[in-house]
Amino acid sequence: MDKFTTLTGVAAPMPLVNIDTDMIIPKVFLKSIARTGFGKNLFDEMRYNRDGTEIEDFVLNKPQYRNAEILIAGDNFGCGSSREHAPWAIADFGIKCVVSTSFADIFFNNCFKNGILPIVLPQEQVDLLMSDAEKGENARMTVDLEAQEITTSDGEVIKFDVDAHRKHCLLEGLDDIGQTMQKKAAIDAFEAKASAERPWV
Amino acid sequence: MSPKTLYDKIWDAHVAHEAEDGTCLLYIDRHLVHEVTSPQAFEGLRMSGRKVHAPEKTIAVPDHNVPTTLDRAKGIDNEESRIQVEALDKNAKEFGVHYYPVSDVRQGIVHIVGPEQGWTLPGMTVVCGDSHTATHGAFGALAHGIGTSEVEHVLATQTLIQKKSKNMKVEITGKLKPGVTAKDITLAVIGETGTAGGTGYVIEYTGEAIRDLSMEGRMTVCNMAIEGGARAGLIAPDETTFEYVKGRPHAPKGAQFEQALDYWKTLFTDEGAHFDKVVTLKGEDIQPVVTWGTSPEDVLPITGVVPHPEDFTGGKVEAARRSIEYMGLTPGQKLTDIEIDTVFIGSCTNGRIEDLRAVAEVVKGKKIKDGMRAMIVPGSGLVRAQAEEEGLAEIFQESGFEWRLAGCSMCLAMNPDQLSEGERCAATSNRNFEGRQGYKGRTHLVSPAMAAAAALTGKLTDIRELS
Repeated sequence: MDKFTTLTGVAAPMPLVNIDTDMIIPKVFLKSIARTGFGKNLFDEMRYNRDGTEIEDFVLNKPQYRNAEILIAGDNFGCGSSREHAPWAIADFGIKCVVSTSFADIFFNNCFKNGILPIVLPQEQVDLLMSDAEKGENARMTVDLEAQEITTSDGEVIKFDVDAHRKHCLLEGLDDIGQTMQKKAAIDAFEAKASAERPWV
Repeated sequence: MSPKTLYDKIWDAHVAHEAEDGTCLLYIDRHLVHEVTSPQAFEGLRMSGRKVHAPEKTIAVPDHNVPTTLDRAKGIDNEESRIQVEALDKNAKEFGVHYYPVSDVRQGIVHIVGPEQGWTLPGMTVVCGDSHTATHGAFGALAHGIGTSEVEHVLATQTLIQKKSKNMKVEITGKLKPGVTAKDITLAVIGETGTAGGTGYVIEYTGEAIRDLSMEGRMTVCNMAIEGGARAGLIAPDETTFEYVKGRPHAPKGAQFEQALDYWKTLFTDEGAHFDKVVTLKGEDIQPVVTWGTSPEDVLPITGVVPHPEDFTGGKVEAARRSIEYMGLTPGQKLTDIEIDTVFIGSCTNGRIEDLRAVAEVVKGKKIKDGMRAMIVPGSGLVRAQAEEEGLAEIFQESGFEWRLAGCSMCLAMNPDQLSEGERCAATSNRNFEGRQGYKGRTHLVSPAMAAAAALTGKLTDIRELS
């Protein structure tokens, strides 16, 4: 996994609430057996007409947001299905950080497995970042994971919380499976105990 | 010892390792696998030279992409869908996990097959790369959806890296009125809490109305916990549960069943245990409901009218405006005036035998409306066989329904069962998101009985008014 340390880039505003994973990546694109190549279909039904032409007023089609690396989104972002294709599409497009007042649990987890930093902030701070993002490509924000700070284009600093373990994994680009396998002795011991206590499992 | 919730008990029994910051390795008893979210995980194992840690606890079945038409033995036309199902065939063989291929009568929707075969048992931890894994919580099992990276993690280690969620209690008191079903309960709860109301929580459903439900009904309730934002929903096991489990192919037998039963009877929330959030609904207040918008929280009693966007506050105003436009509705319009083109009965929410019996009761001896496209897709090959044995299939066909083979079908429309642009569907499934059942398709979520009623009248219909 790529490391996430500091990111400076354009933020795209998507104030709509309850953006679900079917919107992020419609199911017609879930048929791939690969992990890559989903970025071109990110937000597909909001982004393209049926004939494949772009819908001009969709935020990521606007010239100033085509290279956005941060998304400022409405409440309950990523609700719905568990498809990891949603964060794969977001990362493949080039977005590495999403800010909202809340995220659906499974999507939130999936982000960390793919080098994407999801940040939860109170409504007023999301509103402030939304306004900043609406300024377009001149409004470049900086997200500093080590310091747990977002700096707006006006130099305003917003602190954010992140789970210590997940922060460490993102900063170092660590692979979860490798780390868990180091705890094999604990897993083996648990299995031995559990199969004695609950042999029907 | 301080009193524990059911969730606390199952959690505590599965922590294989706990780090200083509270991050745990949670041991997984059952891992269910389907073709859409697993190919990249198996590929990951292959690339790193890893094995499946516990193939005997891993169960695979194709469901999302499989055709449900009677001629499916001829194979899958869509190349990408075919490749995905073939990849699961190959991975199941190569890694030695339990497998129910398309040709097996036991094949079906993963969340219907698991309980049916006795893989899902009380007190277990169950995961699957599918958000509706919450279904298995009906057995008092801690069950939730995971992403593909986590699928690979469970395959490789039989554990998940987790932090504990908060406890939420949803109590449904008293009795349900006639015409009100488990589907109405679960939708009414989401209407109350919103789709983010359960975020960060595991819900335990309690109360007389929940206890009175069959296992099928309980699965319907827990299935949609995720639509309320909760990763998992739970119902404490009781005699109804034990009776359902007993004799299933992979349930314990004989003395081992008795041993298991002793343990299962300890799986309840202790008196005085702490819940971080409590929601209570009166069973008698719940009415048959229907969704009007494109979020499962857009729920109203069937007697209601389409709301005005201005009825809402904050970000929901714009969301409601967008929903109403997408759904092609007019604020103030009576819900019972909404005309339906298509009826879909099936899915992991409502594709079990009890659901089909409810439909048969409504449509027996009647014809569906002229021009109506109506299909019934049983949740598994065994549900289909049972419905045929009980004479339900004959009732459906005489009424004009298509009687299909098992799969996820039009719930998420990854196979050819899809809505066309503007087509309006009364569906017993779980999501009314934009495009969910087909590009620009319009979905109203309802109970099986209400879907059956809509098929007869051609409109959203109050089941209590149907003569």
